[in-house]
Amino acid sequence: MTFFENAKKVLQQNIREYGMYIALFVIMVFFTITTDGTFISSRNIVNLINQTGYIAVLAVGMTLIIIIRQIDLSVGFLAGFLGAIAAIAMSDPRVVANGLNLPIYAVIPLTLCLGIMAGLVTGFLVAQMKIPSFVASLAGWLIYRGAILVVTESTGTIIIANDAFNAIGNGFIPDIPDIGFLPGVHKLTLILGVVAVILLVINELNDRRKKQSYNFEVLPTEIFALKLIFLAAIIGGITWILAGYQGLSWTAVIVLVVTLIYNFVMSQTVLGRHIYAIGGNPDAAELSGISVKKLIYVVFGSMGMLSALSGILFASRLQSATTTAGTLFELDAIAAAYVGGVSAAGGVGKVVGSIIGALVMTSLTSGMNLMGIGISYQYIVRGAVLAAAVIFDVTTRGKN
Amino acid sequence: MNAPILEMKSITKEFPGVKALSDVSFQVAKGEIHCLVGENGAGKSTLMKILSGVYPHGTYTGEVVFNGQVQNLSSISDSEKVGIAIIYQELALIPEMTVYENIFLGHEIKNGLLINWNETIKQAGEMLKKVKLDINPAVKVKDLGVGKQQLVEIAKALSKDVKLLILDEPTSSLNETDSENLLNLLRDLKEQGVTSIMISHKLKEVIEIADTITVLRDGQTVATLRKDEVTEHKLIKHMVGREINNIYPKREHKPSHEIVLEVRNWNAHHPTLGRAILKDVNFNLKKGEIIGFAGLIGSGRTELALSIFGNPDGYQLKGELYVKGNKKQFHHPQDAIKTGIAYVTEDRKGDGLILIQDVKQNITLANLHKIAQRGVVNNNAEIQVANEYKTNLNIKTPSVEQKVSNLSGGNQQKVCLGKWLFVAPDILILDEPTRGIDVGAKFEIYTIMKDLVKQGMSIIMISSELPEVLGMSDRVYIVSAGKIAGELSAEEATQEKVMQLATN
Repeated sequence: MTFFENAKKVLQQNIREYGMYIALFVIMVFFTITTDGTFISSRNIVNLINQTGYIAVLAVGMTLIIIIRQIDLSVGFLAGFLGAIAAIAMSDPRVVANGLNLPIYAVIPLTLCLGIMAGLVTGFLVAQMKIPSFVASLAGWLIYRGAILVVTESTGTIIIANDAFNAIGNGFIPDIPDIGFLPGVHKLTLILGVVAVILLVINELNDRRKKQSYNFEVLPTEIFALKLIFLAAIIGGITWILAGYQGLSWTAVIVLVVTLIYNFVMSQTVLGRHIYAIGGNPDAAELSGISVKKLIYVVFGSMGMLSALSGILFASRLQSATTTAGTLFELDAIAAAYVGGVSAAGGVGKVVGSIIGALVMTSLTSGMNLMGIGISYQYIVRGAVLAAAVIFDVTTRGKN
Repeated sequence: MNAPILEMKSITKEFPGVKALSDVSFQVAKGEIHCLVGENGAGKSTLMKILSGVYPHGTYTGEVVFNGQVQNLSSISDSEKVGIAIIYQELALIPEMTVYENIFLGHEIKNGLLINWNETIKQAGEMLKKVKLDINPAVKVKDLGVGKQQLVEIAKALSKDVKLLILDEPTSSLNETDSENLLNLLRDLKEQGVTSIMISHKLKEVIEIADTITVLRDGQTVATLRKDEVTEHKLIKHMVGREINNIYPKREHKPSHEIVLEVRNWNAHHPTLGRAILKDVNFNLKKGEIIGFAGLIGSGRTELALSIFGNPDGYQLKGELYVKGNKKQFHHPQDAIKTGIAYVTEDRKGDGLILIQDVKQNITLANLHKIAQRGVVNNNAEIQVANEYKTNLNIKTPSVEQKVSNLSGGNQQKVCLGKWLFVAPDILILDEPTRGIDVGAKFEIYTIMKDLVKQGMSIIMISSELPEVLGMSDRVYIVSAGKIAGELSAEEATQEKVMQLATN
């Protein structure tokens, strides 16, 4: 087989998976052209990533929820509510006046734990009380919305006066001291980028060697090399763009870590495989000795924790907790998951896909903002893209 | 004999891969009660579905003549228009609606655009009187027992001015009194000029009520008998009278005397159906033995298997379960699997396989920890395991990364089998292991079963195919209406004996 035949075959077999990467690429090129390069500028890309962060972590959790054939509408206001709790614990004037304010290293774990507990409550309603998750989480939506108002009623917006906390949504990782080499470029970011490429190559080579030791089929050498070069180029490109501004933001680091962990769990562990099994056929999973109930708790608990994280990212980004924080986050997260190829029928979807989906949606907003397109048309375009993504997903499914 | 109200002439109906009916002719005289009998899968329901328009005209060959006219029925509403009504085993009433709403559902009595509820209630009352059901038409259907629901169904049919009433196993879920009432009602309706066709497995009841009986076997009419010439023995002979093709591997192996599984005084109550589904079941299974569970569909065999296998449907259970002499109580299929029991389900697409996943993922699903270290799955080991089963069980698939939905029925069944063999059970429950698969694959599965018992595994086989039960089992238990109706050794079991116990 020639190189091109090979390439064509690989592409055809994976069109579904590559589809949204291609879509993201096309969207980025489009906006880069229409905005004369402003879109791809370092500053805009950093902004884009920071804006995506709090939706992206929700989309990761939502991916698991939709995979097990459930839905969680409560996550937006839960995020807003927990962001407010974190803000109060650190900076509410009354709390501070009594000397009861907590340090950031206590506030963050506490908020995450509250998130897990809130998620487990929804999980309890779904798994134990057998209430449809749409209804159970709609109740949560109302309750948390009310709860935000309750805790912010007397103060209104709570300004957060904690630089470390505010850095989560706005700060960047520090740089190594200037050694006169590459001035104006964030060198630690570059180093991390190079390390990431090296790790990627080592990991891919290892994987390939293991497969070969089992005598399994592997990608043809040229295609494999091409894939590595391609991935390295993407990582390199993004690193270069980020390093040209202030480097990697803390939000990007958090989203990356969350994505890597969840991607690992979903693709490599027994837990992840059981979650996919439940989504694929809950009856068969139950009869195979998998406790569906237990995993509903796990997945909703994780969703609650990520909601808390989202709330922290958002409050930190605004450097305050507002009465409307979290409004419609849940729908953005659900849209991101669907755009990213999660199947509404359950059992299918990837965490990385949802992150790409979230990036697609924020890119659209960001690009259209730069082009000066009004908010009304932005909604229409994003709706059309969501529909198109799902149509693509449905029509290419089952062709493999 | 009166003039025929219904004639079905040379009906042939094929499904992909199976001929469900071949050249069946069936005649019903006006004003009679005609019973249709035959084994599971003989084609009774298919024939009735053609008559009621479920399988529309054009999907079968042959001719349906009703009331002297050739009918091209292409939907249930078509058949209702000419006066044919069918009442299925699973009742088609809406539980949350009242009796009167149910009776006139789909042909509401209207004043212009609005429903005339007063008239509806009045007429519903009249219909109920006709079926001798003394209840308030305003009660909800869910508050009635199965027997009364059955009568409401008939009332509903009568409200449509029915000329031919078809009942598909009407008494299978009824107790003695309710059954007796129903049969009496059929006699009354006959007086009023309604012709009935009744499908039933209860031969005593058939002989009691029928004017004419038609026996179907393997999609063909084998006999039509008049009331005065019929005996139970004759019926059974016609029902099972086929040659047992010798496709079963030879039984060379003797099971040991060690009992690996025993169930004593086992009772199960179904929480949503609200009735007992298993009554005082006792049986045992020895090491290296294949026991067959024979019986009719709905007799409780699958429920028995599920109740042992961790009771996933949440029946209320009473009784004792012993595995290798130790008393056990399972709360989840997980517990049963850990104790060494595996259950290959009847419905491989519904609750056996994950169709959107590939062969390897399905095979390893029930025992992922075996190929995982500290919770991380070794993907390469998984492919290797799957390939082993692919070779050993001769699963025909281009690769183990093929989605199971793309496999044929027989190969899907082998994937199910592989999945449970990977658990390395001591006791394997196979529920209808060869349903819907071709003869070649059947033989392969039989051979695998023989190999497994030779290695010391014990197998419970639930099957509705009598020749298979007789060909494979060391012992046969016959299940009927949630009870063990009898136990036969391989030597004494014949199709006639089994059928007699199963239809009692």
